[in-house]
Amino acid sequence: MNRYRQAKWNEPLLFEMSVKGRVSHKFPEVDKDIRRVAESIESMIHPEMIRAQPPSLPEVSELQIVRHFTRLSQMNFSVSSGTYPLGSCTMKYNPVINDLAANTSGFSWLHPLQDVSTCQGALELMWELERWLAEITGMDAVTLQPAAGAQGEYTGVMVIREYHKCVTNECEQRNEMLIPDAAHGTNPASAAMAGYKVVVLPSSADGLVDLDALRAAAGPRTAGLMLTNPNTIGVFEKDIEEIAEIVHDAGGLLYYDGANLNAIMGITCPGDMGFDVVHMNLHKSFSTPHGGGGPGAGAVGVKKSLEEFLPKPRIVRKDDGSFDFEDNLPRSIGRVHGFYGNFGILVRAYSYIYSLGKQGIRAVAENAVLNANYVAHHVSRIPGFTLPYSKDAPRMHECVISAEELKEETGVTAMDVAKRLLDFGVHAPTVYFPLIVPEALMIEPTETESKQDLDLFISALNQISRESNETPEKVKGAPHMTAVSRLDEYRAAHPKTLTLSWRMFQKQNRDKVD
Amino acid sequence: MEYSHPWLPMTEDLEKAMLKSIGRKSLKELFSNIPDQFRLKRDLDLPDSHTELEVAKRIQELASKNKAADNGRVFLGAGVGVHHIPSVVPALAGRSEFVTSYTSYQPEISQGMLQTLFEYQSLMAELLAVDVVNSSMYDLASALAEAILMSVRVKKRSRFLVPRTMNPAHWQVISTYTEPLGIEVEKVDYDPKTGLISISGLKSCLNDQVAGVYIENPNYLGFIESQVDRISKMVHETGALLVAGVDILSLGIMRPPGDYGADIVVAEGQPLGTPVSFGGPLLGVFGCTGDMKLIRQLPGRLVGMTRTSEEPHERGFVLTLSPREQHIRREKATSNICSNQALVAVTAAVYTSVIGAAGLRELGESVAYNSHYVADRLDAIPSVKAPALNESFWKEFVVKFENGVSAQHVHEELLKRDFHGGRLLIEDFPELGETMLLCVTELHSKEIIDEFVSAVEEIVTSGGDGQ
Repeated sequence: MNRYRQAKWNEPLLFEMSVKGRVSHKFPEVDKDIRRVAESIESMIHPEMIRAQPPSLPEVSELQIVRHFTRLSQMNFSVSSGTYPLGSCTMKYNPVINDLAANTSGFSWLHPLQDVSTCQGALELMWELERWLAEITGMDAVTLQPAAGAQGEYTGVMVIREYHKCVTNECEQRNEMLIPDAAHGTNPASAAMAGYKVVVLPSSADGLVDLDALRAAAGPRTAGLMLTNPNTIGVFEKDIEEIAEIVHDAGGLLYYDGANLNAIMGITCPGDMGFDVVHMNLHKSFSTPHGGGGPGAGAVGVKKSLEEFLPKPRIVRKDDGSFDFEDNLPRSIGRVHGFYGNFGILVRAYSYIYSLGKQGIRAVAENAVLNANYVAHHVSRIPGFTLPYSKDAPRMHECVISAEELKEETGVTAMDVAKRLLDFGVHAPTVYFPLIVPEALMIEPTETESKQDLDLFISALNQISRESNETPEKVKGAPHMTAVSRLDEYRAAHPKTLTLSWRMFQKQNRDKVD
Repeated sequence: MEYSHPWLPMTEDLEKAMLKSIGRKSLKELFSNIPDQFRLKRDLDLPDSHTELEVAKRIQELASKNKAADNGRVFLGAGVGVHHIPSVVPALAGRSEFVTSYTSYQPEISQGMLQTLFEYQSLMAELLAVDVVNSSMYDLASALAEAILMSVRVKKRSRFLVPRTMNPAHWQVISTYTEPLGIEVEKVDYDPKTGLISISGLKSCLNDQVAGVYIENPNYLGFIESQVDRISKMVHETGALLVAGVDILSLGIMRPPGDYGADIVVAEGQPLGTPVSFGGPLLGVFGCTGDMKLIRQLPGRLVGMTRTSEEPHERGFVLTLSPREQHIRREKATSNICSNQALVAVTAAVYTSVIGAAGLRELGESVAYNSHYVADRLDAIPSVKAPALNESFWKEFVVKFENGVSAQHVHEELLKRDFHGGRLLIEDFPELGETMLLCVTELHSKEIIDEFVSAVEEIVTSGGDGQ
């Protein structure tokens, strides 16, 4: 019996709690001997450049702030709260020790431009992590600079472009990036940012890369193919050898979108399958927290022949065993980050791999795959839910269930199912993706969910299936147990009611009064 | 499976039971789609498994090889800032419900994150004096690159101008991003005495092909670009956009960019409560005016205020205007950005609420007095000129060593005395001579500053041409 109920605080904005003169922090007064250096701020800073009106920030007490953000946090579902089976996002447990590691003052207070003699520990950590990630993906060199998966993709695509510029000398001619229709949206967006024309490959009847379509598309204009393996329906592309051959024969390179790496760590390596470039999402496979949307980290690995194109600076180990930055890399694509990437996230990933070790990394993939197949098997037997494409093939880290039958029979959509799941204290799966599956529910349980959690999830879907037939309005009106019910997204986006800040809100209210 | 680990709830018995319930004989069967020749037939070459105690020991071992800036003896800025972090900031932003959630795709169960990000957008909008701020970019460097791409989309022009004095690392990032799209980014000259943008140089570069012009305030070299009204007028007269990059902490005392007509604003948000952490995670603050032409081309996520669909129409928050984004528009999206720096934005929201306008003013004044005190004391040393640029500054300033004293030598000697001097500028700005960019904040005490100045004096006077 489900008893979930999310906290509901009618919490105003801090701006609405403001009382003139209230403070929640004070800085020490300026030392009187130091103050003697200048009469006033106006004598130090060009008077024209001084702020005439202070910013209208809330004036609240320290306790008000503590309560405000504590209450808001209670209205936010997280991995620490419950099952979060968001497909493609790998919402596994974020070990607490990793946060402690990143917050060690020797790391967190380290300035990025310090003399390398004073940051050898940080460089050693990055150097070692690069090697571990190269080993896991079967690559020869890794950069840790990209701040997120999408920036990793961009970096990888830029490396491919630089290769065609410097090696094949066909950069201008090879202006097409091949991308399957089931790919993550970031793939085409990253390729477009690097100046590529995106050629979309239709999926086969099995939901895999259609080899004939690939053969027809690959040619002298092909820069590369961006592929996720296992793909977004959670199935391993068994023809990967042939896919790699077609792309390489056409003169292109093969790019591995590492969003689904969790399924294969220690089982197989993208490098062995013929991939030339991979990106990894350290916030997925390597357990660093998603932070409500970020920060993540998008390490990129490449084969030896592409190493010279990686972003600079690179970390090198010198003959005496000390570490340094190398910036003199004329064929590098350049920098993609102001410094060296999301270092604090790298510390967490380091701590994760060091804890699990070689045995654990493989166990992660095995358990994640078993959990996903367990869910696929049992959910696809619930009335209204089916498992489309490659029915007999085992799923890898995730499965995509279709609620199309449920919709036809009861009018309840995948979105309704997702919303109703929230009432069980379970986060919804990814919905309506990939686009090739109608009424898609993309479920990725991850290895850190226990069988008890999975059984609860399956029984919740069972109940929702029953409710859809018996009391469909209950499902269509869900969620009922969250802080708010369904929100008016049309109103949020309409130019007349669009409110993106307190400042805009106040202007709208003023306009109404006028 | 004999292996057990605290993060993996699977057991041997459960594995068997689960396999049986799905009609599979072995784990191997689940990987049957992987062609045999690609199956790894060896262990990965990784460390063995370690207990939490051993992990902590290894982390401590690595961290102890670093010499961090929490001793108040490091005078580096140049893109990030070492500042005081009030105790409630990490306590609240570090709450597990924020830390371990994903992007708020299900708003009903994620109101906490959505409201916090709306408050972040609102607080930044007040600081910058613009209507719209998105819910974050990776860092200032990539935010600026995206601002250039956005200007080019809005104006359908292909040139962009930046000051020659801008942050050199940011210059490298924007070069990476603009090159494949054929955007021409040009550097505008500066007045070598003050650092200010050369108005005649700007005039000669501006034409109807320029999509936008970037200015920094304070500039990378620390000086305050005081010609903003004039520049803004010139830029807008040619129909281009003004993009301003500002030091977010300076805005308690300094004029906000919205006030001088900036159309797009970017800032590094790390100083708002996040430690420097060897350069990341940072926070790309990205905003624009309320012009719908700009908003529709904005990269990144936006949180909007709305209400429940049904009566009683309670207030709520959602991600909005997502048709700009990659998961809907794919290759036609305004950017590929997906994961951003949300938790750093949460941190910035808490920090800004805690500090408030009065605190920001106190902080701004404290930094200004401290930095001017350091400059004043250094300038009194023969062969040292501080500030080397004759224009007002706030937190950072250029120090120049003369009469054969090399900045590298000063840097090395300071290290020996357990100090870390400023960023050496010789490589990026050789025309300025033997210089370093010094950064002074509220964390530098008078005792340490005095000791630092004496150390510089001793180095400069004893080791004239020490190379």
